[in-house]
Amino acid sequence: MSTLIETKDLSITFGGHTAVDSVSVSVPEKHFKSIIGPNGAGKTTFFNLLSGQLMPTKGHIYFRGRDITKLTSTNRTRAGIGRSFQITNVFPNLTVLENVRLAVQSQAGIRYQMLLHYKKYRQFEEKALEWLKLVLLDDKKDSLASNLAHGEKRKLEIAMLLALETEVLLLDEPTAGMSLEEVPAILEVIKKIKEQGNRTIILIEHKMDMILDLSDSVMVLFNGRLLADGTPEEIMKNETVQSAYLGGQFDE
Amino acid sequence: MTAVILIVAAFLVLLPFVYESRNLFILLTQIFVFSIFAMSYDLLLGFTGIVSFGHAMFFGIGAYSIGIFMKRFEPTLGYFLLAVLMTIALTAIVSFVVGLLTLRLKSHFYAMLTLSLSGLFLVLAEKWRSMTYGNDGFTFRVPEQFIDRTHFYWLCLFLMVAVFLLLKRFTNSPLGRVMQAIRENEQRTESLGYHVLHYKITASVVSGVLAGIAGVLYAVSLRFVNTSVFTMDITLDALLMTIIGGVGTLVGAIIGAGIIEFAHDWLTALAKEHAIFERWIIFFGIIYILVVMFFPKGIVGTLSSLSWKKKKQHAVKKEEKMAG
Repeated sequence: MSTLIETKDLSITFGGHTAVDSVSVSVPEKHFKSIIGPNGAGKTTFFNLLSGQLMPTKGHIYFRGRDITKLTSTNRTRAGIGRSFQITNVFPNLTVLENVRLAVQSQAGIRYQMLLHYKKYRQFEEKALEWLKLVLLDDKKDSLASNLAHGEKRKLEIAMLLALETEVLLLDEPTAGMSLEEVPAILEVIKKIKEQGNRTIILIEHKMDMILDLSDSVMVLFNGRLLADGTPEEIMKNETVQSAYLGGQFDE
Repeated sequence: MTAVILIVAAFLVLLPFVYESRNLFILLTQIFVFSIFAMSYDLLLGFTGIVSFGHAMFFGIGAYSIGIFMKRFEPTLGYFLLAVLMTIALTAIVSFVVGLLTLRLKSHFYAMLTLSLSGLFLVLAEKWRSMTYGNDGFTFRVPEQFIDRTHFYWLCLFLMVAVFLLLKRFTNSPLGRVMQAIRENEQRTESLGYHVLHYKITASVVSGVLAGIAGVLYAVSLRFVNTSVFTMDITLDALLMTIIGGVGTLVGAIIGAGIIEFAHDWLTALAKEHAIFERWIIFFGIIYILVVMFFPKGIVGTLSSLSWKKKKQHAVKKEEKMAG
């Protein structure tokens, strides 16, 4: 399968601290890749580089062979790289439905229509409601996003990402902060997307057991460096990974 | 809600037939003009989340455009329309440039920049004496169609309603909805694939042009223009009106304009009896502080959240009844 996203020698330095250090990976199309690593390993920073929130100090990012290192986050979303955020990042004073509707509207490319009423685009609301149903949030559609519980905000975050219908989904700890009962539902959603088989998914996750059976490959970041990259079985057996991450040198 | 607005509008349309008080109509005309101005400001502050301290510059451009056209050329309807076109062109250009600057400058830096830009226009109006007659300003004649105060009153009322309806549609359009998303979370709007800058510029231009038109109407109602139209006071008025009325609601801007203009008029009248009221601006300061502390949502915002709570309580009671 052809390579969809590729990073070459990707690095970013904050002051003297190198948060991501010469990471070169490639992700094939329709692949499910997980990123693991202890806290502060640079996982989210790596995501921010991929999605354009941060610009790298060194190195390049390629999407379908095109150099996208200089593209803004807006243009990367339009090109087909969507992301969710670890720290919940929604529109607090808009309703849940409106949050998702905005994503649907962007996906449909209606960006500058200023004379028609937004309700004229009924299909957007219907579509948004479908996404909300998928993440089991449709009963909350009329409440303000700021009134949601933490786990519900996470679900909303995922619904907004899915509504963009981008080729690549960057999921930053989708189940972080969710109650235990809620986690299986979200896993179910992620599994469903994977089974549809037309998306490339990159996922950051702490819950090892959850990702091992989902992932096609796992990469391990440690102190900003790429420690290992391989199939879940290989990673489990890898001794460096075990001593650095799994072996208890770091208490999670 | 719509019924209330319709009744008020009908009342205002019919008022000149049953009541004759020149002062009241001048005051109401001012309210309509400042409503347009406050609504244009609310588009920035309440809907897009842009804090500008220089909104007076657009108002002033409008006021001076009409003043200079009427003074230099004949006070006819043709020149009036030319002046309006001139206002639209000038405010569009200036607000486009100002909107561009939001790219680099965030929140208070942007506010300071707009403050100094409008200061620049104030200086220009003071120094370009051959055109503006400096600080003293000048009087001018208006087209004969506007000489009758009642006709002008209707015109302003009509324009206020038109701007209200236009902005209501505008803020509820797909584009307007994105503007509100920017107010809530700019970075997230970007990562949804919207070019935030385009929306900020659009908001800036629409708001600037409408403020310019308010300036035209203001000058015509006074038949006089001086540098006061560029001063900070005008921007502060708009700020007070939107905040007291309710940020992010168009009706709030109109109510706020009504309250401020009435209070203005009333306090000035009181000043004739009690010297303290000559410093009426002090009272506005106190009102402003109280509103920000206790009614941060303004009148309309507080009222609508109250009625929402009532509805909720009602629903809860219903459920209890059913359970019981």
